[in-house]
Amino acid sequence: MGRGGSRAAPAAAAPPWHVLPDEVWEHAFSFLPADSDRGAAAAACRSWLRAERRSRRRLAVANCYAASPQDAVDRFPAVRAVEVKGKPHFADFGLVPPAWGAAAAPWVAAAADGWPLVEEISFKRMVVTDDCLEMIAASFRNFQVLRLVSCEGFSTAGLAAIAAGCRNLRELDLQENEIEDCSIHWLSLFPESFTSLVTLNFSCLEGDVNITVLERLVTRCRNLKTLKLNNAIPLDKLANLLRKAPQIVELGTGRFSADYHPDLFSKLEAAFAGCKSLRRLSGAWDAVPEYLPAFYCVCEGLTSLNLSYATVRGPELIKFISRCKNLQLLWVMDLIEDHGLAVVASSCNKLQELRVFPSAPFDAAEQVSLTERGLVDVSASCPMLESVLYFCRRMTNEALITIAKNRPNFTCFRLCIIEPHTPDYTTHQPLDAGFSAIVESCKGLRRLSVSGLLTDSVFKSIGAHADRLEMLSIAFAGNSDLGLHYILSGCKSLKKLEIRDCPFGDKPLLANAAKLETMRSLWMSTCSLTLGACRQLARKMPRLSVEVMNDPRRGCPLDSLTDESPVETLYVYRTIAGPRSDTPACVQIV
Amino acid sequence: MSPPLELDYIGLSPPAAAAAAAGADDDLKGTELRLGLPGSGSPERRVAAATATTLDLLPAKGAKRGFSDEAPPPSPVAAAGKGKKVAEEADNDKKVAATPQPAAKAQVVGWPPIRSYRKNTMATTQLKGSKEDAEAKQGQGFLYVKVSMDGAPYLRKIDLKTYKNYKDLSTALEKMFNGFSTGKDGLSEYRKDGEYVLTYEDKDGDWMLVGDVPWEMFADSCRRLRIMKGSDAIGLAPRAADKSKNRN
Repeated sequence: MGRGGSRAAPAAAAPPWHVLPDEVWEHAFSFLPADSDRGAAAAACRSWLRAERRSRRRLAVANCYAASPQDAVDRFPAVRAVEVKGKPHFADFGLVPPAWGAAAAPWVAAAADGWPLVEEISFKRMVVTDDCLEMIAASFRNFQVLRLVSCEGFSTAGLAAIAAGCRNLRELDLQENEIEDCSIHWLSLFPESFTSLVTLNFSCLEGDVNITVLERLVTRCRNLKTLKLNNAIPLDKLANLLRKAPQIVELGTGRFSADYHPDLFSKLEAAFAGCKSLRRLSGAWDAVPEYLPAFYCVCEGLTSLNLSYATVRGPELIKFISRCKNLQLLWVMDLIEDHGLAVVASSCNKLQELRVFPSAPFDAAEQVSLTERGLVDVSASCPMLESVLYFCRRMTNEALITIAKNRPNFTCFRLCIIEPHTPDYTTHQPLDAGFSAIVESCKGLRRLSVSGLLTDSVFKSIGAHADRLEMLSIAFAGNSDLGLHYILSGCKSLKKLEIRDCPFGDKPLLANAAKLETMRSLWMSTCSLTLGACRQLARKMPRLSVEVMNDPRRGCPLDSLTDESPVETLYVYRTIAGPRSDTPACVQIV
Repeated sequence: MSPPLELDYIGLSPPAAAAAAAGADDDLKGTELRLGLPGSGSPERRVAAATATTLDLLPAKGAKRGFSDEAPPPSPVAAAGKGKKVAEEADNDKKVAATPQPAAKAQVVGWPPIRSYRKNTMATTQLKGSKEDAEAKQGQGFLYVKVSMDGAPYLRKIDLKTYKNYKDLSTALEKMFNGFSTGKDGLSEYRKDGEYVLTYEDKDGDWMLVGDVPWEMFADSCRRLRIMKGSDAIGLAPRAADKSKNRN
């Protein structure tokens, strides 16, 4: 676009660009794919601000406390799809006290009032109640997509309200939520006339499901593309369902346990043979290896395979994966071991994302042979590999340096060496050199998690080289304040920083206070912070919300503590909404 | 580089000094920065760490706990305030079964960074898995035995549990081995007075004629089946066969 227009020769000619009607700009902005681009356009001038905000259809609120629901509704009145995220990432690992907050109710209420045309709602790490779900079902006449990820607070009663009330529902996507089972047959509440479902994911639901009802639902929803089942569906019923929905593109098999029986095997094999469009496969597989060949006919077409709950191991697993030559995404357990990953490396050359999860994370004894070797092999042979999450028990600097050299195109590199402070097992040195190589080589790195024995010097490298890094996770690392200072004074693009169990104290926090306003959030738990520094930070930076949390079982009122008191958890985020009012007793906004 | 005070902080000692540092861990406990109000929790901390300190390179990890200071070490799921009992018990069972060292490691809240949902799901699966292993020796859901037929190029396997009586078994075998009838067709082959005789190897390794004992007893003791040529079975039917090991 550009200001060339205003510099052009005056006299007659077309009206200057800045008096073009809003509708023109709104139409132009509709071509901007990324919210950040739209945000940048809105910052250009007032008329663009007006045009952009009035035409914004999709809104993503990455921190539910960064702005109030009413702010969002007021600023973007035409929103049709909204996504809100709540608790900090470390809530996934139990580090956030219960009842911390992130209630979805205020957002649902504001949407019901201000966005009656909303079609899509997504919540991640929020507390969603049955009342919320009932309100959603009642308030939006064209509601189509409900996506709940890592949420809690609702039951099958809420799902029943959605099923009964949302006549145009296309997607019901429940990922890893804690859902209370009220034994309500919510599936039966989809009316017989209801046929619009495209995505149905209830894999995280404990408890039984009426299979006949499910079969009827699947049969009449001819556009069903994604079906992810829960544990309650036996294998032979799965085969029936597949025969009724051969157009399926994404399948979650739920449990897969059944004793091997040749008839059932043939039935499954035939059912899968009919699914010519199947591209993505997942499941909580406690599969018997003998059944894996039933999937051979779909292997060629698979682009995504999630076996991260599968306890199957051995040659059958490896043979199965090696047939999936077009895989772009592979999630497995470490039961695949190094030799399995070597096979993956040679078979799955189109691999873009690899995640390897630990099968026995709390067991110190090394039972599986998964080491740095597997990751090195995959990095060497998969040229499109850009995203890795790897849990292992040992690593070397040499391996990391090799990986960095092989794959400068990493955008996401998350390495979790299970035992904290683990050094390079051959040299007994810290893994500074290895991780430094990663950030120096992978110029496009956006997300990084470090682990193992690390000193301040790795943070010097990260601060200096990781220019595109947006999210950094650090645990049990560093020697001193300098480590944190390197990060906060470098890392130009840093948005989210989460730290636990590191010897970082008050000084770097206060010295880099201004940086925090350029970031979405900072989490520091079990570091060396004092209450005084947090109070000082809050005074210095009024647009930051500084939350201090201590052990909920103590029930101590933080007001009474002195400045020298240690702080267990600090969570700082920028906000235009001021301090929130829904904190539990153990959380204080200083 | 680092201020002296912070050298006392866990995680700082370079690897070379780590061994010495570990030995001095108990002394350093008092200087640790940790959660909550000052002056609380250290006695329990010391006791717990004492059982745990065996690894030398690694300073006491027990120091950095999340919310689990004085309370008995909960699984991370419990520390989050909710979580399935099954998962917790599964974790506790594993802790009890393992050496004290792994048990102490499990006390670090939220580490390794595995989602509560994944922990719950895996715990339930593993609990079920180990139960199933234990039950495998008795009362398993299937009982596969090899079935060989003289002259057939390969063996088959059948699940004895899917049959209720000899008649079902014989019908199934007829169907299965129909292709190898060598000229004769259908049902007559499996009669005792026909071309073939059905025998089985029991727990003691003896080859027995099928049909003598009640079905239950047969199913319990049968290890493999052999469809024997009638000519080999001279003198066997209708009484129990002689001891003759099958060499397949």
